[in-house]
Amino acid sequence: MHVPDGFLDAPTSVATGAVAAAGVAIALRRARTELDDRTAPMAGLVAAFVFAGQMMNFPVGAGTSGHLLGGALAAVLVGPWTGALCISVVLMVQALFMADGGITALGTNITLMALVGCGVGYAVFRAAVAVLPKKASVVAPAAAAGALVSVPVAAAVFTLLFAIGGTAPVDTGKVLTAMVGWHVVIGIGEAVVTGLVVAAVMAARPDLVHGARGLLPARELEIREAAA
Amino acid sequence: MSRRAFFAVALLAALLVAGVGSYYASAHPDGLEHVAEQAGFADSADEPKTGDSPLADYRTKGVEDERLSGGIAGVVGVGLVLVLMGGLGYALRRRRTSEPAEPVEPAESSR
Repeated sequence: MHVPDGFLDAPTSVATGAVAAAGVAIALRRARTELDDRTAPMAGLVAAFVFAGQMMNFPVGAGTSGHLLGGALAAVLVGPWTGALCISVVLMVQALFMADGGITALGTNITLMALVGCGVGYAVFRAAVAVLPKKASVVAPAAAAGALVSVPVAAAVFTLLFAIGGTAPVDTGKVLTAMVGWHVVIGIGEAVVTGLVVAAVMAARPDLVHGARGLLPARELEIREAAA
Repeated sequence: MSRRAFFAVALLAALLVAGVGSYYASAHPDGLEHVAEQAGFADSADEPKTGDSPLADYRTKGVEDERLSGGIAGVVGVGLVLVLMGGLGYALRRRRTSEPAEPVEPAESSR
């Protein structure tokens, strides 16, 4: 869903740039509460994994493909604020080095995939966890639900931006139907990948999953030998 | 699984996906590109401003072999993102260990 330069006019790109800058500034402050010595390397890994996942386009029919956006995945694994920073770093590297997503559209892409992606993905995840039984086994399906919803919502927000500042005279209703329709299908792929990856991390190291906090059984105290 | 082993496995998975798996990724336009073509606003896209980057379009400049060219771009990208976000994570983290096995300084635990 990487928006290239030129799709949106300059005022809209400036506005989304301001939204992205404000969002990243808040995330930089709030991420401090999510990061410690144990989770800091996890943030780097999650960003690296999302970068890799975004290269892996999967076919969704009719000569179209989709790829992981990773907002819900990152938000559940490292927390929503750190997750938004992870996606922002991925988008920055893609725009600067890979020519994937425009430079003037970087604010638009951060707004769509980092802020909307992580925000909606995490909100739906928390809502799902709240209504499901208080068990660690709900974390992966709840993350998948967040992923499923986050993709079409980001597509709808793109359409809103296109309606406001699109440079081509195209009917908004047509774009909205097509964008949301295709991205519901892509969202299913997003949900499958997110659910599988979160389930794998939950199986290996549930203590490193931000979204599982409060759902894991209390660890018993144990005597450990100090590392030499 | 130790944390070190977990991180090693996860990093290897990311490197394999970006360095090897991406060769097999679908080359079809993604959802937005497809809609832009169908609805008729694909032409409003400008030429990428970073199109002459050595890794533009996930191809390594000067490497002819398709598989190698994409693989190198993927691996370099994973490394860049890992270092940037890992570094940011370390810079932002709370300077307090939460390893349960290690003693917590009384001054810090009592805020």
